[in-house]
Amino acid sequence: MKVEPDPDSAREPIIEFRKAGYRLPNGQSLLEDVSVAVGRGETLALLGRSGAGKTTALKLINRMLDPSDGEILVEGKSTLRWDAIALRRHIGYVIQEIGLFPHFTIEQNVSLIPRLEQWPAERIRARVKELLSLVGLDPDTFSRRYPHELSGGQRQRVGIARALAVDPPILLMDEPFGALDPLTTGELLKEFQQLQRRLRKTIVMVTHDVGESLLLATRIALLDGGKLAGIFSAREFLSAQEPVAAAYVANFRMYEEAERANEPH
Amino acid sequence: MSLIDFFIRHQREIGQATLEHIWLVGISMLLAVAIGVPLGIIVTRHPWLSKPILGGANIAETIPSLALFGFLLPVPWLGARADRLVITALMLYALLPIIRNTSTGISSVNVAVREAARGMGMTENQILFQVELPLSVPTILAGVRVATVLTIGIATIAAAVGAGGLGEFIFRGLAMVNDQLILAGAIPAAALALLADFILSLLERRLRPAQS
Ligand SMILES: Nc1ncnc2c1ncn2[C@@H]1O[C@H](COP(=O)(O)OP(=O)(O)OP(=O)(O)O)[C@@H](O)[C@H]1O
Ligand SMILES: [Mg+2]
Repeated sequence: MKVEPDPDSAREPIIEFRKAGYRLPNGQSLLEDVSVAVGRGETLALLGRSGAGKTTALKLINRMLDPSDGEILVEGKSTLRWDAIALRRHIGYVIQEIGLFPHFTIEQNVSLIPRLEQWPAERIRARVKELLSLVGLDPDTFSRRYPHELSGGQRQRVGIARALAVDPPILLMDEPFGALDPLTTGELLKEFQQLQRRLRKTIVMVTHDVGESLLLATRIALLDGGKLAGIFSAREFLSAQEPVAAAYVANFRMYEEAERANEPH
Repeated sequence: MSLIDFFIRHQREIGQATLEHIWLVGISMLLAVAIGVPLGIIVTRHPWLSKPILGGANIAETIPSLALFGFLLPVPWLGARADRLVITALMLYALLPIIRNTSTGISSVNVAVREAARGMGMTENQILFQVELPLSVPTILAGVRVATVLTIGIATIAAAVGAGGLGEFIFRGLAMVNDQLILAGAIPAAALALLADFILSLLERRLRPAQS
């Protein structure tokens, strides 16, 4: 069921953190000495508690932030040597709060970057239809609506469609399935898994959910207090000795135990 | 002679003065928007400029209008003609609400929306013109509305320096102790202010973007 890591991934990192750190202007360190490489077609989950530095790490990749120490390479080139605008258009980004434009219709939201890139109108229209269908929204129903006329889950789908608009090879997602009821999250997760298999993007996704990481990620990078506590495959993670990882797993197992305790004898 | 008869008898002069009034206020407001909106944008981009710009506009706002005319009178090109003088003064009064509302409008754009725009690879200018300004239009218009009503009132004092407008009647009426003459200026001026307020509030509502 899972997306297998590309065998070449170790040789061809698309995103690479090299001893990267980020400090606030006042000197407070939010991220320290992070080194991790993400291969082509891989999905890396950034797992960690609230405030662990997940969003900060994500923002270093598309140059929303510049590293204070070390460097981040995207396709072999330091982010500092990329033009920030070009880099961001090369990378789809779903922010934690989604941030749809309230004054644009769904169609306008999704087609913003294609319009800025001056695609012909016909191509844009076709692309919007394709994208909305891709994320499971009926284009005829939703194109003309405004974001406030959608449910939270539908908005999240639009956020993903918008990030995919110009078919970027890299996708960054900050808790794209958070803040929804569990059934809707599950549905979205399953659909996204299929999407992932079809599109074969290189993905870095932030989450604090173990199940989500196991379901979607090829590897899990565990962040704790701004430091990398470890990088694990799914199998490694479930049997990890590292205390934070073990705590996550124990917490995750709690549900299974509850299930077993309630099985009929 | 009743007030109505008076208005009918002098309708040409009253109409003429009303047009002058609209012209003075209209030109002042165009200038104030053309200067105030960019200044409001600058304030959001360079916070250290916010004190001098808003402070300056605030000072202009607090100078009594006759005193402001007096200050502007010795200024070479401005002082040469009464309408230049008055338009400059009215524009100065209109600046503060426009600058302030522009910067408030822009800074109250949802942080997540701005973050998303930046993260998608929009340039600063694209974010300004396609996201921040459209979302600020109602707030900016509210500032324009306040400024317009304010200048319609202050423009009645323009007659004191000979720039015409509805103030002519008021000043003449005061000098001659003639109530009808005073009302011939006061009523159209009040009506103008109410009308401007109404039209601009309609516009404000029409242009309010969908709420999130
Ligand atoms: N601009 C900032 N100024 C001050 N502190 C900041 C700033 N940005 C982030 N922080 C702090 O840095 C830490 C890491 O933030 P970050 O947003 O990366 O966390 P996160 O792992 O994404 O958390 P969450 O799961 O809650 O989104 C937090 O403690 C946060 O309060
Ligand atoms: Mg976060």
